Amino acid sequence: MNKELLNQDSQKLILLGNEAIVRGALEAGVQFVATYPGTPASEIGNDFAEIARNNDKLYFEFSTNEKLAMEAVIGASFSGLKCLCAMKNFGLNVASDSLLPFLYTGSKGPAVIVVADDPSCHSSAQSEENSRGFAGLAHIPILEPSDVQECLDFTKLAFEISQKFNLPVMVRLTTRVAHQRAIVKTSDLPEASPSGAKFESNKHQFVTMPPRVLEMHQELLEKLDKIKEFAEENGINKLQIPQQANPKSRLARIGVITSGVSYLHVMEALRMLGIDVPVLKLGFFNPLPKEKIKQFIKPLKKVLVVEELEPYLEKETICLAKEVNPKLEIHGKSLLPEVGELKPEQVMAALALIIGKKLKPLPVVDFKTIKHKPRFCTTPVCPYWRVFAAIKQAAPQGTIFGGDIGCYMIAAFEPMQIYDYMFCMGSSVGIGHGIAKAVGGKQKAITLMGDGTFFHSGMPALLNASYNRSNILAIIVDNRITAMTGHQPNPGMGQNAEEGTVSEARIEQIVGSFGIKEENIKVVDPVDDFNGMVAAVKELYAKNELSVIIARRICALLEKKQKKNQDKS
Amino acid sequence: MDKNGTFNIIVVGVGGQGLMTLLKIISQAAFDAGLDVKTSELHGLSQRGGSVSVYIRFGEKVFSPLVPQGQADLILALEQQESLNGLYFANKKTVFLINQQETPTMAQTADKAEIEQELKKVVRRAIFLPASNVCQKELGSDVFSGVYLLGYAAKKGFLPFKREELESAVRETMPEKYWESNLKALELAGH
Ligand SMILES: Cc1ncc(C[n+]2csc(CCOP(=O)(O)OP(=O)(O)O)c2C)c(N)n1
Ligand code: SF4
Repeated sequence: MNKELLNQDSQKLILLGNEAIVRGALEAGVQFVATYPGTPASEIGNDFAEIARNNDKLYFEFSTNEKLAMEAVIGASFSGLKCLCAMKNFGLNVASDSLLPFLYTGSKGPAVIVVADDPSCHSSAQSEENSRGFAGLAHIPILEPSDVQECLDFTKLAFEISQKFNLPVMVRLTTRVAHQRAIVKTSDLPEASPSGAKFESNKHQFVTMPPRVLEMHQELLEKLDKIKEFAEENGINKLQIPQQANPKSRLARIGVITSGVSYLHVMEALRMLGIDVPVLKLGFFNPLPKEKIKQFIKPLKKVLVVEELEPYLEKETICLAKEVNPKLEIHGKSLLPEVGELKPEQVMAALALIIGKKLKPLPVVDFKTIKHKPRFCTTPVCPYWRVFAAIKQAAPQGTIFGGDIGCYMIAAFEPMQIYDYMFCMGSSVGIGHGIAKAVGGKQKAITLMGDGTFFHSGMPALLNASYNRSNILAIIVDNRITAMTGHQPNPGMGQNAEEGTVSEARIEQIVGSFGIKEENIKVVDPVDDFNGMVAAVKELYAKNELSVIIARRICALLEKKQKKNQDKS
Repeated sequence: MDKNGTFNIIVVGVGGQGLMTLLKIISQAAFDAGLDVKTSELHGLSQRGGSVSVYIRFGEKVFSPLVPQGQADLILALEQQESLNGLYFANKKTVFLINQQETPTMAQTADKAEIEQELKKVVRRAIFLPASNVCQKELGSDVFSGVYLLGYAAKKGFLPFKREELESAVRETMPEKYWESNLKALELAGH
């Protein structure tokens, strides 16, 4: 962790977006943090894990999944604490079952939910999910920082809004914000105040049941109206009018609406083009300051809406223009891609088109590129090499391979390309089960999931497979850690963030209690007992019943780290 | 430097080659020089041995964390084939410093001659340096090859910082136990 994060006094320094989120929360006096790791949000949890160690003013946990992180935060908020919950976009899907009612009950202690999206899927597999969609689904207020200073400032503001209106507030990041470094000015850290946590029963507020739940829905909409008034006045929705603007000039009637990192691309593009046009930079995504947008577009002839992924702002602008400026020419996805993150040169090209400026096209050079595909660690040697070598030896042609999310998903890349399907955490078993039921005994699936994924969402999948009598062979690759996201502890390790050593959850005992036959559960070390691993796959594959192999071997990187630490002490 | 006075650097390489170390040293040096800085990096899947590029920009005022197409002043390639992934950001004045080291890919490859030929389609100066070899020999590990390239860039004036400025940035961004090797790596290129 960057030690400067804990400097008592204000200073100017370079921070990572995620570090600025942490600092912002500390400046706001956060008392309770729960998270589940996921890139590009992981550093938030990693930093808090270090900060909270031996700190009785701040509780931190790596929960076993995002829904549980969310619920921990809901409980702490109901007990009056200042809370933060962080996750990547897919995590919000997992947590959403608890998130929606949380907006109905509202928060007591302020609660900030940080969610990191990953346009272009730099470090995600399953989709280019845009968490902005939760504005409509959950009605959650959403702030969108564009740079590192705003990561800090908006996090603090999110706590204020949550405190003032008793609703959880989301701060939405994208990879280029969370993993941006820039110069930030911090403020002093507050004196830590006594927690004062107390759960006071308030059945009227915390129990969602009809008919009360409909009243709560109404209350939520009313709170949002109030926040909208707040958003209309708030400086984070920034109107930039060119300094020496001549209101008669053509450019004064062309405007840009944008938010998040796209704003930075817009500013870069304007500078490259050497022009200045009015820009409305939105800090609030939800509720949208609709009056402000209307005022902005009213005198314009053309507007360009610059946003990544789905055209949410563009659609709103189209609706609002009908009221105030039906002739307005609205551009957005007609000129900019809806797939993949935006690049400054794309924004420049779109702007140039709108203002009618001819760009000198960059010379098109056709050149070869070479891509290195991710692979299992080689120094030290990852145990997964042996797992897949054993499977290759033992599994017959025609085996269906189900993949899951973790380092072992690298086997989806060349040269192995082993998986026949791959979705989201825990789904290798669930989908494998569906295939097994559909095809009867005619084909057989081997699924692979890690220990982290087993604890996250694999357990109920395996229980269902057992309960409904599947015949898949589920291999749990237990490398004793959640590795892919940067080595966070999980229940199988016998360690947690707050206390250090805790009792270990034993995967073989858990699956042993699911009604799977004892002789169909094997624990093997794929490195020391490679032949045993091959034999286990062969033996269990031949059975027309659900079976489980726990391939247990510590992640080679983790082992190396542990050795280093031992040598030090 | 682009016409707005922003200096743009791209570092390309393979996950695990120490790209983040370079990013931190350079941005600290820019910060110390009183400049505005923005960088962008990647974590997660790509760090497991896959192709990675990071962006470092500094100047009077920097907006986007991404280097626009064709705007790089300096491209440091920690693996020679990766230099090709930097070409998108190059113009004819861009300087390429390339570590003569090859990490096998699982599919298509390119040898030095082919890489040179491709780079020449765009840039005039593509300099191959034996950074890995020298660092392995002199410092016992090639993880310092990026810092070696940086030292070379400073010496040749491809970077608006002097070696001493980079040295203080090393001290500011790393724990003391790593200073010696990194400072040596900066110096090695200076001979
Ligand atoms: C819902 C959700 N949360 C978080 C992630 C991010 N994530 C990707 S891989 C991974 C770790 C999986 O750990 P494990 O199964 O133990 O595999 P390992 O990396 O250790 O091999 C996580 C949490 C995700 N993809 N989806
Ligand atoms: S981090 Fe661990 S589990 Fe992941 S590839 Fe490397 S050695 Fe294997």
